[in-house]
Amino acid sequence: MSSLLTMAIILAVLLGGAYVFRFAGQKITNNAPMFRDMGYGVAFGYVLAAALLIWAVWYYLQPLETDAGMKNAGVQFFRWAVQGFIIAAIAAFLFRLFGQFVGTAGTRKLFRSMPLTASFGILVILLYAIVAIFAGAIAPYGQAEILGAANVTAGGDPALGGNPEYPLGTDQIGRDILSRLIYGAQNTVGIAFVTTCLAFFIGGSLGFLAATLQGWLDQLLSRSVDVLMAIPSLIFALLLMTIASVWAVELGVPLTIFMVLIIAVIDSTRVYRLARAVGLNIVVMDYIEAAKLRGEGLGYLVFKEILPNAMAPLLAEFGLRFCFVFLTIAALSFLGVGIQPPLADWGTMVRDLAPFINFAAFAPTAAVTPLLAAGAIALLTVAVNFVVDWMLHKSSGLKE
Amino acid sequence: MSSILKIVLQRLGLGLVTLFVVSIVIFVAVNLLPGDFAEAILGQGATPESVAKIREDLGLDQPMITRYFTWLKGMLTLDLGTSFAQLNFANFGGAGTTTIAEQIAPRLSNTMFLAAVTAAIAVPLAVTLGILAALYRNTAFDKAANMFTLSSISSPEFFMAYVLILFLAVLNPIFPSLSNIFDGMPFSERLEKSMLPALTLTLVVTAHMMRMTRAAIINLLASPYIEMARLKGLSPMRVIVKHALPNALAPIINVIALNLAYLITGVVVVEVVFVYPGIGQLFVDSVKIRDIPVVQACCLIFAAAYILLNLTADILSILSNPRLRHPK
Repeated sequence: MSSLLTMAIILAVLLGGAYVFRFAGQKITNNAPMFRDMGYGVAFGYVLAAALLIWAVWYYLQPLETDAGMKNAGVQFFRWAVQGFIIAAIAAFLFRLFGQFVGTAGTRKLFRSMPLTASFGILVILLYAIVAIFAGAIAPYGQAEILGAANVTAGGDPALGGNPEYPLGTDQIGRDILSRLIYGAQNTVGIAFVTTCLAFFIGGSLGFLAATLQGWLDQLLSRSVDVLMAIPSLIFALLLMTIASVWAVELGVPLTIFMVLIIAVIDSTRVYRLARAVGLNIVVMDYIEAAKLRGEGLGYLVFKEILPNAMAPLLAEFGLRFCFVFLTIAALSFLGVGIQPPLADWGTMVRDLAPFINFAAFAPTAAVTPLLAAGAIALLTVAVNFVVDWMLHKSSGLKE
Repeated sequence: MSSILKIVLQRLGLGLVTLFVVSIVIFVAVNLLPGDFAEAILGQGATPESVAKIREDLGLDQPMITRYFTWLKGMLTLDLGTSFAQLNFANFGGAGTTTIAEQIAPRLSNTMFLAAVTAAIAVPLAVTLGILAALYRNTAFDKAANMFTLSSISSPEFFMAYVLILFLAVLNPIFPSLSNIFDGMPFSERLEKSMLPALTLTLVVTAHMMRMTRAAIINLLASPYIEMARLKGLSPMRVIVKHALPNALAPIINVIALNLAYLITGVVVVEVVFVYPGIGQLFVDSVKIRDIPVVQACCLIFAAAYILLNLTADILSILSNPRLRHPK
């Protein structure tokens, strides 16, 4: 009850503060237009934002240990979050600055008009690519290597059950978590990338084919795609994975290969839709007519005439589609039917390490490992989305 | 009026046809399984007699088309059959098997409850935030909201779920991190236990709905009648709420219905994280033990709900748009 009362008092102070803020602003600046025309809601927004900022600074400066010697874990997590945000912002700013002076004239121009979110996105994607490609060289141990000690907590502090040799600890059967996180970039991102490429190959070629040939082929493909799209994709993927898991045992083929095929087919329906729509707009152009009159074959039409002209929307779609595929694979792995061990994979790691989160109040460092794996997934999708958002904004020419 | 009825009926018919075809797809997909159901149920130590018995019980000796129609009839009369796990249980002397319908019914209502709580929080929140973002577009508020929503759209559900567990269950014990719901639980307790999954789903869908609301309203702001309302001297809030919002309703309703459809996929992961006894959890458990009849039934229910919500979105957007109501 008292907490409700406290909140009511805080709200009342903020509501009054908004009025005072606007009134004071009008008096001090001698009725400047900004304050004269300010709505009460806007004034309240400013006061609320200021109050939040003050609270954040106050909370950041709280001691890490309470008087009774207990860990104040909330403050620790808050500090990490704020530090991470500031470092990310500075890195994005430096990267943009770097891009403005290095590179060809074209890229330099691109970097000059780039928002910070987009440069952050590009930086993160580059880092992931480097980690994924050189995972074997960066990771201190192998991904399936079982080391001496199991369940070593993260942080490397021997008093809390850590070991400096394994900075992020080891999992239930004694594999180094840091190495598995690094290999996860290779496996999770790599498999998602291959799946997306496959989905684009299937969906793109069928979509262009339908747009060029039209007639019964177009009808057949389009109606089949309609039916496949009527089933929620994660549900359909789970159904097919059930069947595939039986086949995988029967044929002795790794389940992961079935997963790549299943998700590629399900996602190719979305690509097909876009490719067909874009293709239909292109096939009515005069240069297609001319190419047909020249007697060019179907392959030439699709790959030399339609594909180059459909590149821009397909590229943006590739980014978004990659995010969806990546998230679907992560969800499947999290549910236990996706990428199979011993391959290190972030979705599976989140599920396996999740119980550690309950120790957060006593040992904040021990609780970060499941969040690191989940955060690694989130960070990449956020980064790709930032870049795609910027590309779409730029190509649409929207100013508002 | 009759033309609207005709369009709505047309859409309904189309929805039914889609559902029918989807049921065929689900049935055929399951029949792609190698080997025999009966052997799959009984495992390696099956005697030929018990295999023959199960085959007869399940009607596996019938041709595929007959089996499909028997299955479809069962689905329509809510007789969903018995799960493999339960059959196996009965086979080894377990007493009193429950049918799939009895297994699914309480879980389905739990999932509906979760979706209802989520919608009750998410829809008003998303529309309000969307209007505010459109009203104060290109300000710091709008940019922060844009960044936040883009991040929460692109994060996986389980990341959101664990962050919420960390802050609202472990560090500040406000809500329980396990949603063990059972029948006959008082409403307030039920609400409290399902709060964290509902908040997770809210975070995921609100972002999308809010962005679409903002985009729908901003699209309208260039219209002449908005200019007129502005020149009349109306306040910006009034221009948006009285003049822009009613015209933006169609896309907003559409987005809300689509997001509720999205919730169906979202619940699967979220229910697993919070061990919420809903239909998504049952589905994943059945997938893991390859309990085909349950997987089939759940899949059909998910697909039906998805198609129904998409259909609702379609019909509502026709009803709210005069230009679609009277096609030329």
